Amino acid sequence: MATETEALVIGGGSTGCGIARDLALRGVDTTLVERGNLTHGTTGRMHGLLHSGGRYAVSDQESAAECIAESRVLREIASHCVEMTGGLFVQLPADDDEYFEEKLAGCRDCDIPAEVISGEEAREIEPYLTRDVERAIRVPDGAIDPFRLCVANAADAEEHGARIETHAEVTDVLVEDGKVTGVEVRHESGPGKRSHHEPGTTERIEADHVVNATGAWAGELGAMAGVEVEVRPSKGVMTVMNTRQVDTVVNRCRPKGDADIIVPHETACILGTTDEEVEDPDDYPEEQWEVDMMIDTLSELVPILSEARTIRSFWGVRPLYEPPDTGTTDPTDITRQFFLLDHADRDSLAGMTSIVGGKLTTYRLMAEGITDHVCEKLGVEGVCRTAEQPLPGSEDFSVLRDYMEEFGLRSPVGRRSTERLGSKADEVLKTDDPNPVVCTCEAVTRAELDHAIADAGTDLNATRIRTRASMGNCQGGFCAHRIAALLHPEYDEATTRTALDELYEERWKGQRHALWGEQLSQAMLNHALHATTMNRDRDPAASDDGIEYDRFDAGPPTPEAAADGGRAGGRDGTDDEEDDRGD
Amino acid sequence: MAIEDDVCVIGGGLAGMTAALRAAREGARVRLLSHKKSTLRHASGLVDILGYADGELVADPFDALPSLPETHPYRRVGDDAVRAGLSLFDDVTGDAYRGTHTDANALVATHGGTVKPTARYPTRVAPGLASQDRKTLLVGFDSLTAFDAPLAADHLAAAGVPGATRGVTVAFPGDFRADSRVTRSARALDDDETVEIANGSMPVRRALVRAVESHLGDAERIGFPAVLGEEESQEVRNALESALGIDVFEVPMGPPSLLGLGLETLFQEALAEAGVRRTTGNPVVEFDADDGRIRSVSTDRNGRPTPFHADEFVLATGGLVGKGIDSDREGVVEPVFDCHVPHPDDRYEWFDDEAFGDHPFARFGVTVDDDLRPLDAAGGTEYDNLRAAGSVLGGADFAAEKSGSGISLATGHAAGRAAGAAANQ
Repeated sequence: MATETEALVIGGGSTGCGIARDLALRGVDTTLVERGNLTHGTTGRMHGLLHSGGRYAVSDQESAAECIAESRVLREIASHCVEMTGGLFVQLPADDDEYFEEKLAGCRDCDIPAEVISGEEAREIEPYLTRDVERAIRVPDGAIDPFRLCVANAADAEEHGARIETHAEVTDVLVEDGKVTGVEVRHESGPGKRSHHEPGTTERIEADHVVNATGAWAGELGAMAGVEVEVRPSKGVMTVMNTRQVDTVVNRCRPKGDADIIVPHETACILGTTDEEVEDPDDYPEEQWEVDMMIDTLSELVPILSEARTIRSFWGVRPLYEPPDTGTTDPTDITRQFFLLDHADRDSLAGMTSIVGGKLTTYRLMAEGITDHVCEKLGVEGVCRTAEQPLPGSEDFSVLRDYMEEFGLRSPVGRRSTERLGSKADEVLKTDDPNPVVCTCEAVTRAELDHAIADAGTDLNATRIRTRASMGNCQGGFCAHRIAALLHPEYDEATTRTALDELYEERWKGQRHALWGEQLSQAMLNHALHATTMNRDRDPAASDDGIEYDRFDAGPPTPEAAADGGRAGGRDGTDDEEDDRGD
Repeated sequence: MAIEDDVCVIGGGLAGMTAALRAAREGARVRLLSHKKSTLRHASGLVDILGYADGELVADPFDALPSLPETHPYRRVGDDAVRAGLSLFDDVTGDAYRGTHTDANALVATHGGTVKPTARYPTRVAPGLASQDRKTLLVGFDSLTAFDAPLAADHLAAAGVPGATRGVTVAFPGDFRADSRVTRSARALDDDETVEIANGSMPVRRALVRAVESHLGDAERIGFPAVLGEEESQEVRNALESALGIDVFEVPMGPPSLLGLGLETLFQEALAEAGVRRTTGNPVVEFDADDGRIRSVSTDRNGRPTPFHADEFVLATGGLVGKGIDSDREGVVEPVFDCHVPHPDDRYEWFDDEAFGDHPFARFGVTVDDDLRPLDAAGGTEYDNLRAAGSVLGGADFAAEKSGSGISLATGHAAGRAAGAAANQ
């Protein structure tokens, strides 16, 4: 099977999806391929900080200026993905005065609104801050939902004619006469929506231009085309707390260091992070000490964190890049700017461009830059509209409507749903069927899940990131099976079961780094509900050995007296029936 | 005046209630202290002895008991205590449970669509046993997301059950909120409330019959999620059976489990009848001991300690779920008496990488001698007059074995009998 496209984007993270959207809006025939689900790589594994730029205001002012500009854009075009929490850079007694002043000056240099407040004022904003707090700088940091953002970009790209293929891994980059002409992909379950149990296929996709937007994997993709891309994957751990101990982004105001930020996110808080170079972005150690360091170090800033409930931890890899020969040894010193590598110029390999470095906050700007470049290569004239045109879901999001009466949802559920859905709330929630809450931790209703499943096929992790279902305290223990059941009967029982097992395992994976206290108790409860009550751990349907049913109790041997007196209860297993079984 | 009893049981779950009841039958004056609602509301209401040994399905749990490791709670108390605990259970539950006629396990359909081996099952569940070769219709309610009847039916077919099984989803009659609690529909059925339907109104039981009768086909039995009444379940089932003309059964559900709560009620009635004194709502926070004996424990009532004195104590505070075993990043503890809980130092050795792997944490609990007295790190008894029962005991993964209720009954029985006897001396 071979297909053609003008532009082929590899990578379904924020950058890839942003590029696909921009290309599609400019009328370029575009295909995006992603080996997992959208956000599978780095985008789905970040702490969700919408940078004001304050973080880079001293060390990396160009990045800082980009961040504040793009943050302003995203607040407009992606309002349903953004919560403007505000942020604080907090100074403790051990932290240097001089650096504090540098940070303040840096913010002002970069046009980042910054205001100094006293320790007392800081504690009024965030009562759980340590009493030691000396003072703080207030900046317009925020939280952004990378999943919703990415999906909205991909959806809009599709709206404008792009083809988005997830679960499609590039297995080869096709090179002819010194030019990249396309790729070969392996579809995990055939093209289109993923369906478990469906056999995979391969496809040649011929393209006029290929964009390598694989982030930390750009080196590996480059190698398939025979060029070197010196990306330096750097891992960072993030630890998810069960509640919002802080409602604004809290940064430690010191030059650099691990474990210095807390980002409130929906119902949770995310502690971050570390910065450590790794060899292989797919295989690196996830270690206990990293989690401990998050909690211990950030407890200096917010003491109750040491006693609070941790629900899981996850690791992400940054796609750090610096031009050859810069020679930076510490990954925290590497710039967060992005780089466009034109392989025609650089390596005499036409037909492919890589984009590396950068950050989620600047994804749109990166996409704009690379789309300009691709359009130039393709000879397409078009103007970038992504800074003005709202993403799907954010078109008409001026006021959060109260859907309690209109959709029969209880108030907090309606609020959560409409926040997630933005202007799509009407379309999704207007259903004639009963719309019960399926995931109670995150208040996700059936209509919202059905809508996501229509988009994601049997990939329940893709449904999860679209809705947040199974991402709360119980980590799927109470709802994973309810979510999976929504796949049936469109998908058969075996497919539904495999999809459930996959979601349950994925939820387990992150919890392993939070197994003490409340979350260990929760894990045991989940284990009991799924293993004992449902017997999912020894599911006979999943085993090759059939059960010899006739070796088991088939009910009391004597007929039970039926309460109405007339109807014999002998069906509960008489001797006659006993003889009929057993073969 | 100080509160004084012969035996003080800490923990109001199945193990604690069994221990209290058994001690009372020894003639002891018994106090049962419980803090929160018991975890029975999370439990299916099925009573398992042993469903799997070495990962293999067990048809007769008593055949398999000798194969368990020496450290397993069943091996500590012996087969006779397992039978005695079960017999006490049968005595308490009477007609409400089935399974007494055989040692063999029954296979019960779960709300997840698998089958599960169990030793005793509520009478409400009995007509649904998976071993019977009968055509079955499962009914789910479109607002009850925990049970998807068509999916469960297909799942049972994949598990090879002998009888053909179909599933259908209907609306629960009446204008209830889409996600109202299961207790709401149960109570409506208890009282046979009048509900609004398309053209007028009618009693809810009749409306339910009307909602399902067109789906019956050649079904020989019909299964609903376990919401058919809280107080009057027998009457509800009888009414549906006589209207539909076939057997009606219920499929055990997850929390809040009406079957688990029903079981708790039966035990509470037995406790009241046996004269056990119950004090609920406050946690035990401290204790007083000398000469290697516990003298009293104290609950915390709004910051004020209330001491309870007794000759013998039974610790039945539950496992990780019930917080009878607690942990932090540094280690695992038994929080009431600080009894020794063996566990690896490195918390990354507490779990297996697979969700359904062989988890060390599932076996966390105190270790005991043959008299169920908790042992310290050196292997000596922690206190002469303290015994432990139920999931506070280590050494068994009850979820994987399907042995939770059986362990509670066997060890609760043994601990209650020993405590009662010792108090009488």
